[in-house]
Amino acid sequence: MKKVAVQADHNNPVISIRGLKKAFQDYAVLRGIDLDLYQGENLVVLGRSGTGKSVLIKIISGLLKPDEGMVKVFDQDIAHITEDELQKLRIRIGFSFQNSALYDSMTVRKNLEFPLVRNKRNLTRGEINTAVETVLDAVGLSQTINQMPSELSGGQRKRIGIARTLILNPEIMLYDEPTAGLDPITCIEINDLINEVQQRYNTSSIIITHDLTCAKQTGDRIAMLLDGQFQRTGTFEEVFNTNDSRVKPFYDYNFIE
Amino acid sequence: MDNTQSIPKHPKRLAKFKQSLSDFFFTLYKINQFILRFFREAFVPPFELKEVVRQCYEVGVRSFTLISVTGFIVGVIFTKQSRPSLSQFGAESWLPSLVSIAIMRALAPLVTALIASGKVGSSIGAELGSMRVTEQIDAMEVSGTKPFKYLVCTRVLATTLTIPILSTYTGFVALFGGYLNVTQNEGTTWTTFIQEVFEPLTFTDFVASLIKSIVFGFTIGIVGCYQGYNSNKGTEGVGKAANGAVITAMFLVFIEEVIIVQITGWFR
Repeated sequence: MKKVAVQADHNNPVISIRGLKKAFQDYAVLRGIDLDLYQGENLVVLGRSGTGKSVLIKIISGLLKPDEGMVKVFDQDIAHITEDELQKLRIRIGFSFQNSALYDSMTVRKNLEFPLVRNKRNLTRGEINTAVETVLDAVGLSQTINQMPSELSGGQRKRIGIARTLILNPEIMLYDEPTAGLDPITCIEINDLINEVQQRYNTSSIIITHDLTCAKQTGDRIAMLLDGQFQRTGTFEEVFNTNDSRVKPFYDYNFIE
Repeated sequence: MDNTQSIPKHPKRLAKFKQSLSDFFFTLYKINQFILRFFREAFVPPFELKEVVRQCYEVGVRSFTLISVTGFIVGVIFTKQSRPSLSQFGAESWLPSLVSIAIMRALAPLVTALIASGKVGSSIGAELGSMRVTEQIDAMEVSGTKPFKYLVCTRVLATTLTIPILSTYTGFVALFGGYLNVTQNEGTTWTTFIQEVFEPLTFTDFVASLIKSIVFGFTIGIVGCYQGYNSNKGTEGVGKAANGAVITAMFLVFIEEVIIVQITGWFR
């Protein structure tokens, strides 16, 4: 599926980060990050392993607390909101985990129902079934509804993980390494799914990856995380049109030059 | 003035000891917060009643066979081992009373709690530990649900409610084991045995036994959940959580047994 160019609303950042710092013991992972995610765009965050890409989206979703700086999601500062406010905010943010994080004691149906019935308590059985079937159809896995996660392939697990976040109709999607550990064809399918989600659900997304094919196919904008800061930001071509020895090997390795 | 006298001989050991002490008190603080959080969340709607019932079933089923066998064997062995001492004074007829006091007051709750620590505590620790390591708990959190309520409150309530039931069951199975041994040797009838079993028991015995089982059940649940919910370091962490759940729960059960026996002793 070819990516449709999206006109992001640059006056309307849904996520705004300023001076974000995070360290683990003595090791500073994020060293003063500034970033905006605009309404409707797919922003790809690239970087080497251990550079704090996943830490960044865990801070955005409130799983980790920042040491310094401001992280505003829909104009709410994540570090200074109550537990109830954070919970309400999280319903508007979908998080697709690197290893899918499916609840392995539940069937696919129960996995999808779990967040839905706990966040929308007044739904009838019929409405719940319709919602589950709709998202399963959206990720193309209707036939897996009664299967256990252990019976699914890696690619199917990723799709169900994405479906579980879509069931709450999130406005922001955070993808942590969506193509990690998958074969090239499944990677392309997942990239297509990310684009389809952007168009169908009108989401703004941050995609964490070090897979340049994924970055090229899904990203409207690329941000390169180097030495704890975003060093290069722009379109794919703008970011990689450089002789910077920290950036070039990324391109050379992924496109075998 | 000689300032060197104030320098400790083993500064590294002292620093290590200080660190261990500080870690110990920090862990105590975290456990305290965990327990307080349970009371804050468990009794506030929305309730996860279905999950509580499912967990009660899990706890009961997981331990049922082992508790049945162990309870029966404890009854038989205790009766058999007590007979020679009583027979020296020609007091074999006191055997049912002795067995009932020992089983109802101490053995049934203790044996049930120890078995549940091993079977249920380790299982809870490993299950939640595995969920933590595979980010399933994080996934629940980011989807706007309350994993503490769903995972911890339900399991602690289930062990607190189910262990007393299992303990009562263990008591009766153990008494049945004792009866088989007594009737084989002394030819005592079932009716006489039951009369002699209940004669020495008081209301305090039943209440104390029930309170003990509730406390043990709560301890097993909260320790298993604490270990699992706070586990880390990958698969190694899962093993540590399961192991820690069993050892800590057993240790606490013995301490609680001593304290409750002392307290109930004042009411007798």
